[in-house]
Amino acid sequence: MTTDSDLQSTAPTEPVPITSRAESVSSPGLGPGLHSAAGGSLLLEQPPRPSVPRPKRLPSPIRPSDIGGPDVVVLVAAALSSFCLVWVVFYQLTLLSGIFGFLVCWYALFLTLVWVGTAQLVERQAATDRVVAVVVVTAAALIVGIVVFIVVWVAAKALPTMHWGALFTKDQKNFQVAQTDALAHVGILHAIVGSLEQVLLATVLGVPLAVATAIFLNEVGGRGVRLVRTVVTAMSGTPSVVAGIFIYSMLILTHVLPYSGFAASLALIVILLPSVTRVVEEVLRIVPSGLREASLALGAPQWRTVWSVVLPTARSGVVTAVLLGVARIVGETAPLLFTAFGSQVLNANPFVHDQGALPLVIWSDVRQAQPVLIDLAFQAAFVLMSIVLVLFVAARIFGRTKGKKGKATARRPADDVLPRMFVPVPMEGDPGR
Amino acid sequence: MSSIVDVPRVDPAGRFPEPLRLVDDHGLGDKIFRRGVRLAGLFSLLILFFIGLFLFLQGFPALRRAGIHFFTSSGFQTLGAHPVYGVAASVVGTLEVAAVAMVVGTPVAVATAIFLSEYAPTWSRRSLIALVDLAAAIPSIIFGLWAVFEMQPNVVGFATWLSKHVAFVPFFRVNSPPLNASLFMAGLIVGIMIVPIVASICREVFSLAPPGEREAALALGATRWQMIRSVVIPFGRGGIVGAVMLGLGRALEETIAVSIVLGASFRISPYILQHGGSTISQLIAVNFGSGGKLGLQDLLFCGFVLFVMTLAINLAASRIVNRSRSGAGIEL
Repeated sequence: MTTDSDLQSTAPTEPVPITSRAESVSSPGLGPGLHSAAGGSLLLEQPPRPSVPRPKRLPSPIRPSDIGGPDVVVLVAAALSSFCLVWVVFYQLTLLSGIFGFLVCWYALFLTLVWVGTAQLVERQAATDRVVAVVVVTAAALIVGIVVFIVVWVAAKALPTMHWGALFTKDQKNFQVAQTDALAHVGILHAIVGSLEQVLLATVLGVPLAVATAIFLNEVGGRGVRLVRTVVTAMSGTPSVVAGIFIYSMLILTHVLPYSGFAASLALIVILLPSVTRVVEEVLRIVPSGLREASLALGAPQWRTVWSVVLPTARSGVVTAVLLGVARIVGETAPLLFTAFGSQVLNANPFVHDQGALPLVIWSDVRQAQPVLIDLAFQAAFVLMSIVLVLFVAARIFGRTKGKKGKATARRPADDVLPRMFVPVPMEGDPGR
Repeated sequence: MSSIVDVPRVDPAGRFPEPLRLVDDHGLGDKIFRRGVRLAGLFSLLILFFIGLFLFLQGFPALRRAGIHFFTSSGFQTLGAHPVYGVAASVVGTLEVAAVAMVVGTPVAVATAIFLSEYAPTWSRRSLIALVDLAAAIPSIIFGLWAVFEMQPNVVGFATWLSKHVAFVPFFRVNSPPLNASLFMAGLIVGIMIVPIVASICREVFSLAPPGEREAALALGATRWQMIRSVVIPFGRGGIVGAVMLGLGRALEETIAVSIVLGASFRISPYILQHGGSTISQLIAVNFGSGGKLGLQDLLFCGFVLFVMTLAINLAASRIVNRSRSGAGIEL
């Protein structure tokens, strides 16, 4: 953003060099005509410098990010006046209500006023630029605000009624409707144990499979790589509810397995496998190939190279992938509905009988009309949220590369690959490339 | 260890009879290793194939019994002599929720991506990206809780206002008063949930816009927005389309948040503000175990329909994102 004073002071002092420079560029200035050929011709056909007397001191450089005093004045004035105007119209004249509608109207009017104000004070192009900046900042603030709000809100709902002793040591079998201090007699031990076992089983079974698939895609290659890559991308978009009813239709309906924590962990693998594969593949990709070649040149077979060179180099990335994968599956509810089925009592054996899980406790308790159970659901949500947060932060800490600054290889896996855990972002080398 | 190069046999004339040839054989260990990881890779193939196969086979009786009515009628009365079931209302509801989600989520997501890649100060960029990504990591059941207890009470007033004053738009018409638990509310929370996803992909694509062109635009006197409009967005157009489609895939499949928010009803109507509705995944999650054998088959086939829908959208979107990433099909 340029401040208006800068714009006005530059324009008259240095007009000649700018125009002569612009004429030497063959393509028309702005818009769709910009391509790299224009940059090339600028270098090649640079005419001799026009001998225009330059001003002794150049004006201070214009930084696009500068927000000057007038901008702040316009923003504050627009915010205030639009607030007052909307308040009058909304509550006094039209007798509308609802904070959400008020905010929407206020914001729309605010943007209009910012545009008009800047257009009056500076000019129209700057006004558009300013309005876009405001919109863009609002959008990001909205999302960040919602995330922070949800985290704080869950904690605020859960903590006041929290009965720490009971929460982690009791299950829900002692729940009685008319009990005073019922929260001292119920807890979510059954759900914590269930979630722990299901996620652990899914991780132990799924992660080696995912790492092996990633090694196949990135290290071994050969026939079938394209197909497997497409399949992994397609699979990562599998609806989680479909993962659940798939295991149900294949294993439970055919009486291979009963409703159990193990069936749930198999459903979770369907979600975990493609996500972790994609992240690990991305991590293996940034292992410098010089290391592999050095190992192979020393005569090591490929399995030894992968095991002793590639995987150790990519260790932090693989750990990140596993942590994020666990964070992803620990909150999945839909696959568990059809496999673990949920239970009110503690069942420590994941291979037989229904089993509780944290998301399932929230899902079933929040739909009851019992205030105590709703409180319990919020406490379970708080525990779940804390687990996800801890895993997320841990993943970012592990994902931080310790490489030297400014090196081309010093990419930060956690930043780049995180979305791949949650959406079927295509992998590089997918068809269409 | 066997050698990796064939030792050439020299014929009596002293010439090499054949050129040196690289041998792709490192002994038994590597053979096992390669077979092993290839098997692991093919296992994914098997899973995906089995998902389609089992859902289709186990659900097919429901389709055969209802015939074409499976796609034209709606309901979940599978018990009794004259069952009525089908996906019509659920498919329409799924599309309505997804449409609301896209209308709400896409502009916010693209704007967030522009902020993160172009406007955010360098010192704060990493933490802001982390916070936006965290939104993707929050379990959908917690989004659902938040939507019911916190978002909905605040938005009902706005929905009422829309139904009263913007009713000339056909979607916003309302027949009966309760305006909570509507497709609109479900779409709103799904729209919030897809923002981090679409924003992440868009941000990645925007950051690939060539710096030379960016600087050229700025040097020619473009404001920052003009630079973004003339360089960054045209360059990332394919990526935006792909990201929106991936977000759409996510919006179609969202189960738990929608099931918590939406009041179940099998009514096909364009009036999204009205109480009640149905989506495919919500139908499966809420009715599981309550419809007898036929109900189960019905749900499994619904799952198959959802599976095919999301599969097609995700694969198409992947293609588009990748093409845009590689720079093909971009005309500045």
